[in-house]
Amino acid sequence: MTADSIQSETRRGWRSPLSVVLGILLCLPALVPLVVIVHATISPEADVWAHLARYVLPEVTINTIKLLIGVGLLSSVVGTALAWLTSMCEFPGRRFFDWALLLPLAIPTYVLAFVAVGFLDYSGPLQTWLRELTGTSQWVPRIRSTGGVIVVLSLALYPYVYLLARTAFLTQGRRALEAAQTLGFGRAAATWKVALPMARPWIAAGVALVCMETLADFGAVSVFNYNTFTTAIYRAWFGMFSISAALELAGVLLVFVIAAFALERSSRAGARFTSARDMSRETTRLQLTPAMRWVAFISAGLVLALAFALPLLQLLIWSLKNASDIDSRYWGFIARSLMLAGSAVVVIVAASLLLAYLERRRSSASMKALVRLATLGYAVPGTVLAVGIVVPLVMLNNYLQGLLRTWFGAGAPVLLLQGTLLAVLIAYLARFLTVGFNPVESGLQRITRSIDEAAASLGVVGTQLIRKVHVPLLRTSLATAATLVFVDVMKEMPITLITRPPGWDTLAVRVWEMTSEGEWERAALPAVAIVLVGLIPAAMLTRRGAHVA
Amino acid sequence: MSIRLLAPLLGALLLVAGVSGCGKQSSELVVYSARNEQLIKPIFDRYTAETGQKIRFVTDDAGPLIERLNAEGANSQADILMTVDAGELWHAADLGLLQSVQSDALSANIPESLRDPNNRWFGFSIRARTIVYSTERVKPEELSDYAALGGERWKGKLCLRTSKKVYNQSLVAMLIAEHGEPKAEEIVRGWVANLATEPFSNDTLLMQAIVAGQCDVGLVNTYYFGRLVREQPELPIKLFWADQAGQGVHVNISGAGVTAHAPRAAEAKKFFEWLSQPEAQTMFAGLNLEYPANPAVKADAIVLAWGDFKPSPMNVAQAGELQAAAVKLMDRVGYR
Repeated sequence: MTADSIQSETRRGWRSPLSVVLGILLCLPALVPLVVIVHATISPEADVWAHLARYVLPEVTINTIKLLIGVGLLSSVVGTALAWLTSMCEFPGRRFFDWALLLPLAIPTYVLAFVAVGFLDYSGPLQTWLRELTGTSQWVPRIRSTGGVIVVLSLALYPYVYLLARTAFLTQGRRALEAAQTLGFGRAAATWKVALPMARPWIAAGVALVCMETLADFGAVSVFNYNTFTTAIYRAWFGMFSISAALELAGVLLVFVIAAFALERSSRAGARFTSARDMSRETTRLQLTPAMRWVAFISAGLVLALAFALPLLQLLIWSLKNASDIDSRYWGFIARSLMLAGSAVVVIVAASLLLAYLERRRSSASMKALVRLATLGYAVPGTVLAVGIVVPLVMLNNYLQGLLRTWFGAGAPVLLLQGTLLAVLIAYLARFLTVGFNPVESGLQRITRSIDEAAASLGVVGTQLIRKVHVPLLRTSLATAATLVFVDVMKEMPITLITRPPGWDTLAVRVWEMTSEGEWERAALPAVAIVLVGLIPAAMLTRRGAHVA
Repeated sequence: MSIRLLAPLLGALLLVAGVSGCGKQSSELVVYSARNEQLIKPIFDRYTAETGQKIRFVTDDAGPLIERLNAEGANSQADILMTVDAGELWHAADLGLLQSVQSDALSANIPESLRDPNNRWFGFSIRARTIVYSTERVKPEELSDYAALGGERWKGKLCLRTSKKVYNQSLVAMLIAEHGEPKAEEIVRGWVANLATEPFSNDTLLMQAIVAGQCDVGLVNTYYFGRLVREQPELPIKLFWADQAGQGVHVNISGAGVTAHAPRAAEAKKFFEWLSQPEAQTMFAGLNLEYPANPAVKADAIVLAWGDFKPSPMNVAQAGELQAAAVKLMDRVGYR
């Protein structure tokens, strides 16, 4: 076989119109809300807009940029450094930290924010204690400030970077690093010049998730009463009853996101990030100096304590206070949370895999653009996206209902697509496609064309190639995607609230029931349950990762 | 998991998920509620026990519920929209999502100021927003109305909750209704100038700040105060009924309306009438330490202990009408 024919062999199947249609269908749920937003932006409401431009936009634009830079930088430094330590070095407690550092992922951002503000604000236990001890707590930095928001969001979100960077380090092999060292680079230089650049698509994908979460966050910034684009969107909508102004603001937000993405993509255009295909993990870990070993231990411990252990402790204390809220219904909440998150994982990871392949195989610009657009939904505030998906779904339902009426007359069955599990899953797909797609896409970059060609020369092509060659190579990336999607869906609130069928209350819905009337301490119980159930995939992931690690 | 296994699994999942959306017109009342489950379920359960009428409900924030209702139009299965704020009901009525309900019982039981002038929605409990103060540092004689909190006396002593919360938006809307926009703006500007610290995200944190000494006075909904002192009765804070020499205390409502296309409008009306009667009123308000909307019904003992007050007689619908103006006003004066 010639190289060309192998190429076309391996591409066979991805050229068929069926796969293109499927790709478009998978992107559709994510694209519809964007269309709704763009449509609203075309016809702005002049008077509200003039007000926003004068009094609201300057502040929220600056605040949003500050947050993006602060949270982006801090979480990428923390996430990458910790991933480097746990996957490449040896230090006390490394095996524990390797999986434990993922745990903060299970704590919803707004919960961490509430615990942090409650504990560290003027009336909180820390400052009260300091005042009793020293008479003043003036010198304590204000928690409800830009810095406070940045630190709390970073602590909540760094696991995205950690998990992806960890995947990168685990799959890049050590040969490149060793090669760099034989070329005379010191260990530090080799890290900077070889390992980090090789991990760049993963780190970038993780930071992109963090930035999109930051943009879309409403719960945490509300606890700080910190004004961002998202709070402005909700204010225009709920406060001024102007959903069109809200959608216009969301449109501006999307421009932000598209610009940032384009910048990051273009800066690494043309680079390839395949691994040196050295999966032998038993080679030596980097040995740190004794002092550095303890520095590593303390940093990892500190992050884990602040982002997970202490907040969990606070939640447990509150839960015990409201232990009487526990009843048999909790089994239902847990079961439904698990079912929704589990189904979402299946749907979203499968969709991500498919789209990643479509993008890889069909290098047509339009398919790439489609996939890019479809992964923007993650940056849109949850409630806006929820409505952006439910309203079109309702319109579809109304249309189908109309058809049924003309066919069957008054006795036609009542359709209610918007209150079905199908609607929930479609909406999750729209929201979390990015979360599944980013790790899978990065993972595919590790697989060289020469692997495909070698497989093809052995007659392994098409779906067989994927099943027998790619999936095993992608295992870590797929597990990463599954974990992120699972935990994100467990925590998700606005979409679950509006699309769930009656009675389908989950743990996250429970949290909403409590917080909607400000009963934060009673919300601790379902929040703890979310954390505990969220531990399951983290544990599974490390077991999976163990094959490679 | 192999891909071959995945496809049928996916297919089955989607099929099951989709099919569940098809059904027959049911006799159950359907409620879209922004009032949370623990505050409504006991009421619904009681009603079902007494009348046999089953009730199904979906909870969410009012904004998404209203958008959903709006999109569903004539196909909506919802009979009742329930919210925790008059402005939201006003907005829903403004969009044509609620229908007028003529009922002698409702007219008799719910005061005019607590329902829509066109009877498209009714308040079923009252939420009073008034002044809370530190008993250690403030004498009640120093307090009077909402406007006075912008005066010199409270420089650096005032705590406020965020202007994003609808309770503050409707309070400012009522100030606009009472004083006109320029005067209202001056009042709110005075508040902002007096702030001891950035506005809080909720009323409880605000009261804790007063207890801790960060500030001396603030504005809260009374039931938050009730919840806090029920747990810690020894806290050195108290409620002060604002503006008793003038308009009276600002009140909002938690209420409901029958949707424009309600498939079971008659049953919904019956439920409303039941809800406006003493026994249900006691329960509805009592679950959250609010005040019953029906003036013939006494509030919970904890609530009664705070004393009587004169509520503002202005129709709560104005809070909705002027809410957008209030939000803009608060933006202008930098009330975050």
